[in-house]
Amino acid sequence: MCQVGEDYGEPATEEPPPAPRPGREQKCVKCKEGRPVVVIRAGDAFCRDCFKAFYVHKFRAMLGKNRLIFPGEKVLLAWSGGPSSSSMVWQVLEGLSQDSAKRLRFVPGVIYIDEGAACGQSAEDRAKTLAEVQLVLQTFGLPWHLVTLEEVFGLPPAVLCCSIPEPAGAEGAYKAAVDSFLRQQHVLRAQDGSSPPQAQGQPCQPHIQKPLGPLSPAGSPAAAQTEALSRLFHSVKTLTAKEELLQTLRTHLILHVARAHDYSKVMTGESCTRLAVKLMTNLALGRGAFLAWDTGFSDERHGDVVVVRPMRDHTLKEVAFYNRLFAVPSVFTPAIDTKAPEKASIHRLMEAFLLQLQTQFPSTVSTVYRTSEKLAKAPRDSRAAGPRCLLCKCMLDVDDADSATAFGAQTASHLSPMQPPTALAEAGTPPAPCCVPGLCRAQGCCGGTCGRESPRVCVIEQLCYGCRVNMKDLSPGPAGGPGVPDP
Amino acid sequence: MAAPLSVEVEFGGGAELLFDGVKKHQVTLPKQEEPWDIRNLLVWIKKNLLKERPELFIQGDSVRPGILVLINDADWELLGELDYQLQDKDSVLFISTLHGG
Repeated sequence: MCQVGEDYGEPATEEPPPAPRPGREQKCVKCKEGRPVVVIRAGDAFCRDCFKAFYVHKFRAMLGKNRLIFPGEKVLLAWSGGPSSSSMVWQVLEGLSQDSAKRLRFVPGVIYIDEGAACGQSAEDRAKTLAEVQLVLQTFGLPWHLVTLEEVFGLPPAVLCCSIPEPAGAEGAYKAAVDSFLRQQHVLRAQDGSSPPQAQGQPCQPHIQKPLGPLSPAGSPAAAQTEALSRLFHSVKTLTAKEELLQTLRTHLILHVARAHDYSKVMTGESCTRLAVKLMTNLALGRGAFLAWDTGFSDERHGDVVVVRPMRDHTLKEVAFYNRLFAVPSVFTPAIDTKAPEKASIHRLMEAFLLQLQTQFPSTVSTVYRTSEKLAKAPRDSRAAGPRCLLCKCMLDVDDADSATAFGAQTASHLSPMQPPTALAEAGTPPAPCCVPGLCRAQGCCGGTCGRESPRVCVIEQLCYGCRVNMKDLSPGPAGGPGVPDP
Repeated sequence: MAAPLSVEVEFGGGAELLFDGVKKHQVTLPKQEEPWDIRNLLVWIKKNLLKERPELFIQGDSVRPGILVLINDADWELLGELDYQLQDKDSVLFISTLHGG
């Protein structure tokens, strides 16, 4: 520091030398031998085989450390055709074909939802996509369910009723279940001396689920329903609300199929990057209270069916590389936000923000992800049968008594005690998101503070803050105009 | 002085939507003074192949964040990113990770 001869003329701040970039001449950081093909995180170059081992290990570790999926359980894999969910299905397939010590022990099925009507695809494009999808489903070789989003109109109102969540098993329950399963397998193997059969004799033939709602004889959805769905999405004013609505409808449809076929778990392929974007987006949408359920590994808000996210530790880059290097089949389908400009919706804006930040600060996504891992699901009183949001099924975060909050100020002054969701079902009203335009057609005007009997106000009272904000963007159907087909 | 190069340019993950749906393009890059690197290639792609919405593919002089670049099936970060000098018969693949889930 203070030395004779030191030159104080140098600029006070100097750029630190840039971190050495991994180069091709380097070796794989793990095995020190192979030629690296991909850079993971900040500067770790992996060769092809080490990358594969790393990728598969992450998937298995995610399932293993959470110990939620019991042996022999039926699990529905939600496959959208996109890279992350395709990778997830592929990992499950590879896991099922391992030798018995490491084999995955649950019984999977695959569901694909054709959302073409919501995205404005023509019938020919939808048919073309469906043909590709069916080819890939046959490659998977698992029992599959092909449903169209139009079937959401045929869902019974019971989907909005809350089922009591099952009490969490005791600590030793998982280990006990695995031990008993292994004993069973051992006995069966000893008996017939051939390779162990599937736990529940699940036939591995693909089959198409019987359609839920009225279909035209050809098996494709009725034109009226496609028209209605298209109209519903057109009536939504903002892309943000459209994406949220699509998410809600999709979730309810998947859960219904899961319940109809006795699946107790649903696996979705949300990757680390997507969940980081989702976390930030949901904060902006007013769903901060539910981040732990929306972005955590398991989501038990629906009670009987638990949604699980095994891909949450994989970044989109890793997924894309793996799919390319190991030829994982996927189907590209345009989505509701394809080619949308950056500021078209909160989701897009958040995605652009995070990814832009990621280029300069490579630990951005993983930092947000680690934050989401720390979120705890601590309800105010566990297992209380408190009122739940009609659409997203989270515990209502509304505190109507306190008008000093922004939320309290928003809600109408004359509030009745919350009606339980089943009242809506008993009244014979169809599920809320599909009927709001229709309801308003029946009742006429619905702006804000009309009589308590107004169905729209009744519905809104039973929504959480985030869902209420979305509902604002759903425009009422024109009075007397054609709404949704009558139930 | 760069000789004309024959390069295969491929698009995946939804990026092909910006290129008329065509995934593989066999291109011949013309002779020019400076050597062909990825930076120049991007400019060339923007001028000659990109059909619409350049802002969804290119940002500044690089690709938009969220688009991966693979050169001969290896991460471009290992090869110098924009400064990698293209060679004859190279294969450059652009995968958009932003689409789908």
